[in-house]
Parts: sequence; structure tokens; C-alpha cells
Amino acid sequence: MRRPALLLAAAAALLAACGDAEPERYGPDPNLPEPQRGVLPTMKIAEPAPWGSQRPVAPDGYVVTAIATGLGIPRQTLVLPNGDILVAEGRGGGAPALRPKDFIANVIKAKGNTSVKSGNRLTLLRDADGDGTYEGRSVFAASLNAPYGLALVGGQLYVANQDSLVRFAYSPGQTRAIAPPVKVTDLPSQINHHWTKSLAASADGRFLYVGIGSNSNITERGMAAEVDRAMVWEVDAATGAHRPYATGLRNPTALAVQPGTGQLWAVVNERDEIGPNLVPDYLTFVRDGGFYGWPYSYWGQNVDRRAQPQDPKKVAAAIRPDYSLGAHVAALGLAFSGPGMGPRFAEGAFVGEHGSWNRSPPSGYKVVFVPFRNGRPAGPPVDFLTGFRGGDGKTRGRPVGVTVDPRGALIVADDLANTVWRITPARSAPAAQVSGSVSSS
Amino acid sequence: MVAASASPQARPIHPLHAVLVAGAFPLFLGGLLADIAYARSFQVQWLNFAAWLIAGAMVFTGLALAWSLLEVIRSAFRDRRTLLGFLLLAAMFILGLLDSFSHARDAWGAMPSGLVLSVVVTALAAVALWLGVLAPRRGAEP
Repeated sequence: MRRPALLLAAAAALLAACGDAEPERYGPDPNLPEPQRGVLPTMKIAEPAPWGSQRPVAPDGYVVTAIATGLGIPRQTLVLPNGDILVAEGRGGGAPALRPKDFIANVIKAKGNTSVKSGNRLTLLRDADGDGTYEGRSVFAASLNAPYGLALVGGQLYVANQDSLVRFAYSPGQTRAIAPPVKVTDLPSQINHHWTKSLAASADGRFLYVGIGSNSNITERGMAAEVDRAMVWEVDAATGAHRPYATGLRNPTALAVQPGTGQLWAVVNERDEIGPNLVPDYLTFVRDGGFYGWPYSYWGQNVDRRAQPQDPKKVAAAIRPDYSLGAHVAALGLAFSGPGMGPRFAEGAFVGEHGSWNRSPPSGYKVVFVPFRNGRPAGPPVDFLTGFRGGDGKTRGRPVGVTVDPRGALIVADDLANTVWRITPARSAPAAQVSGSVSSS
Repeated sequence: MVAASASPQARPIHPLHAVLVAGAFPLFLGGLLADIAYARSFQVQWLNFAAWLIAGAMVFTGLALAWSLLEVIRSAFRDRRTLLGFLLLAAMFILGLLDSFSHARDAWGAMPSGLVLSVVVTALAAVALWLGVLAPRRGAEP
């Protein structure tokens, strides 16, 4: 069952002599080792197991509950102004295998993911009486195409499918869409190697930001496949017109607008197959017009020789990201926190880390909290939700989207267990300060 | 063809074995030419072609190697030429596998090791083809 993968991992570790990975490096100035690659890429795939009576582990004073199970691959969530939770479910992609490698790698990687059918829908969860049990559940919209990014602006609910940005009219209390979605704009979807389309709305609601991943690890599908890829689009909500807002972001899997400053932040998944500690996935403020290196360089000016022909001008222009989350953690969720999460976790951002495949020992498989001070990351990441990968080597869940409920809860989508988790401070304060109606995934 | 001599050296190669040995050469050669095209153009499709051509060559090489191993065993390791053919095929298989792994790296990561290995393994395939199939065998002629 998992034997071929483990064998391959063992062989790779042996051949590459990179079994003894150095500890992860975090923060604004990570130590970057020299690129290295063994005969085979290191592959250590999650070995799925049911949660059973176990639960993800939160810090002392926090309670974890599963508020919805049996979903169709939940990825991102959105907390609506009335407290309802929307869950985007689905699996996209399906890029054709190009090389002998792809056939083998696809079979191995599939073992670490759910085999559940793609939901392609939005499910609405409701806790009408505020007791923390989400007893209400309805399909808000179905027949979508691998929906991922969610954002609410006023009375419009925006959904980023893997091939288009659409919107639904939404009024508080609604449990299902009253009309089919209206297309705002098509999104780049050829091949869709990295298919997830992340989404956030500007503070004033005029613009939508869409994260579009690259069509390859490092240009192995050719540069022609990378037109309009590895960038964040700024889409005019009224007209659907778009422009590249920032480029060279290999796979911006989650976007969030920082409360107060209105700045756009992203978590980005970086390239694989040049070592266990390269390249760090990162959290960064996304500068308008900024270029962040992919494919020519990483973490600023570190040239990646695999991208040919090279482009020294682009390398020189590449911006160093703000904060390393560690290599291969596969950050897929980002949400800024608020006072409702308790004093320890009030100022900062939560990051959902889906977990590595190209690293041994594995990294990620948890939700971390990056503390902020004066609007910038300050200090090492703190584990907030762990236990997804047990001491027995089995993986019970893989976190994706994280969303902060201003009433004092973190909502975590788990696309392996097909569950939505809710983590609340134990002495849950009554619904008090509800700030802002524009939340983002 | 009829074996003209009782000596095991004189026994001609089985036609199917000949096909396997001979088939590896043009596939490795195609892989090498595609590698050269990629190295000169950076057009990644050439690298995809190379990867598949080498994968095809490995199928022929692997089967030829297995066949050769049986012959070595059957000749009780006494036939030098059979043994040489086996060693050549074994070297082709090992280097071809490393070449395949090189070609599994993304984009220019396959270079230069992929190109170097393709040169070596194509040369080996040419020698194996000459020794195993084309060269006149002592005692094979009447």
C-alpha cells in the first residue's frame, strides 16, 4: 500500500544522503543552504488514517470541535456577518502527465490525499442558537468548478472557481443562492498545474485580488505555459477588468487583507526538488507591481539554474519576501487574527500548512500563528493546531484554509478528513465586538 | 541460420534477442539528439521527447539484459562473448536508469548530467549492437 512510496523515500534518502535534514528555518532571514538534489527526489507521503477518537491538538485553554464532517474536500471557508460559515469544496487541476516521471509521481502523491469525490459546491453551516454546534447545513451553491477563494463585499459573494471568478447576490440569513452565479471574469485555467485560485477583497471593496499559481514546479512545462501564471491579479469588481498586481509568486495559495492597514498579504508555496530546506514557503506583504523571483530566482537574488534562459534583470528586481514559514510546509491558509482569539493570539496571522511531500522528515501538517507587532511579523511561528500527523507516522488530517470568526473562533478546513474544525478559547466570551463585514479566505 | 560449429561461441544470436539489443540503440540515439536540441534551444518539449525515448530504450535494454543473463547462465559463464554482451547490457541498464532519473528532474535541472549520460549510454548501445548483432562471429561462417 504505502510500501512503494516508503521504499522510494528510503532509496532517495540513501542516494541523496539528505535523510538528515537540518532543522527548518523561519522568519525574515532564513539560512538558505546550497541547492542539492539526489538521484531521486525525496518523497515522504502522508499515510492517511481516520481520526477515531483523536482530535487536533490546540494550546491549553482552547477547545477543538468538528463542526462538519463528510464534506467533499473542504478547502477554504468564509465567516459571514451573521456567523454562518461557507465552505468551498472541490478538487481541481488534472494537468496531463507529460513525462514518465509524472505518471509515477501522481500515483505516489495521490496516496497522501483523500479519495473522496470533488464537492464542487459551497456548503453553508449555521449555528442558530450560538451553542457552538453547527446544526444547520445546506448546499448554498452546487455545480461550481473547484471553488476555492471566497470573499464577501457588501451584498455580493465572490467565488474563485479554478477557471473563473463569479459572484452571487447575498443577503444575511440566506441559506442558498437564489440565482445562478454571474461571471465577473475568466481566470487562467489552461493546464492548471496549480489550480487553486485564492481570493481577497480590498478594504474598500472596489478590487478583488486573485492568486494564480504557476503551471509547473520550475518551468518544466515551458515558458509559454506560464503566461498569466504565478501572479496576483487585481480585478475591478465593477467591470471585471484585471491587471497583474504582483508577479513572480510561484503559488500564492491564500490572500488576506490586513485589518487596519488594508495591505494585501499572501502565503506562497515555493519550488521543490532542490533540497529539504529549499525553498522556504513564505508569508509576505504583496507590493503593487512587485516581482518575487519565480522562476528565475528565489528568496531575492538566489538564482535557480533550472529556469533557462536566465534573466539577470528579473533576478536583480526580485523582492525578498517578508517571512519564511519553512521549506515545503505547503501553506494553504491565511487569516489575520483579532481580539476574539484571546490575548496570546490576538495580534498576528494564522497559517494553515497542508504538509510536505518533498521532505524527510516531513514539515507542515499543522496550523501556526505568526505573531505581528506594528503590522509586521515579529518572532518565530507558534504552533496553534497540531496532531494532524501523529507520532505513529500516520496522517489524520491536512489543514488548508483558516478563517478567523470575529466572535472568537478559528475555522480550519481539513481536506484529508473532509472535516471543518473550530477552535475556540475555552471560556468563550459572548458575541461582542464584531468588526468589519469584509472577510477573506 | 544453422549453427556451423559445436562451439558455443559460434551460436548466432536469437533473432528476437537481436531485435531487443538493436532496438535500444536508435532509442538512446534519439534521446541523445533530443537532449542536444534542448541544450541548444531551451525548448522543454525536447526534454520530454528525450525522457520518453530513453524510457523506451530502457524497456528494450531491460528485456535484452534479462535474456542475456539467461544465456550467461546457460553457458555456465564460459562463453566470453556472451559474458561481455551481458556486462555491456548491464552497464547500459544502470547508466540508462541514471539517465532516466536525470531526465526526471525539472527543466534545466536535467542538464548537464542528462546529456553526458545520454552520450555514454548511446555509445555503449552502439558497441552492444556491433558486438551482439552486427560483428561477424568466429566460426559462424561456413
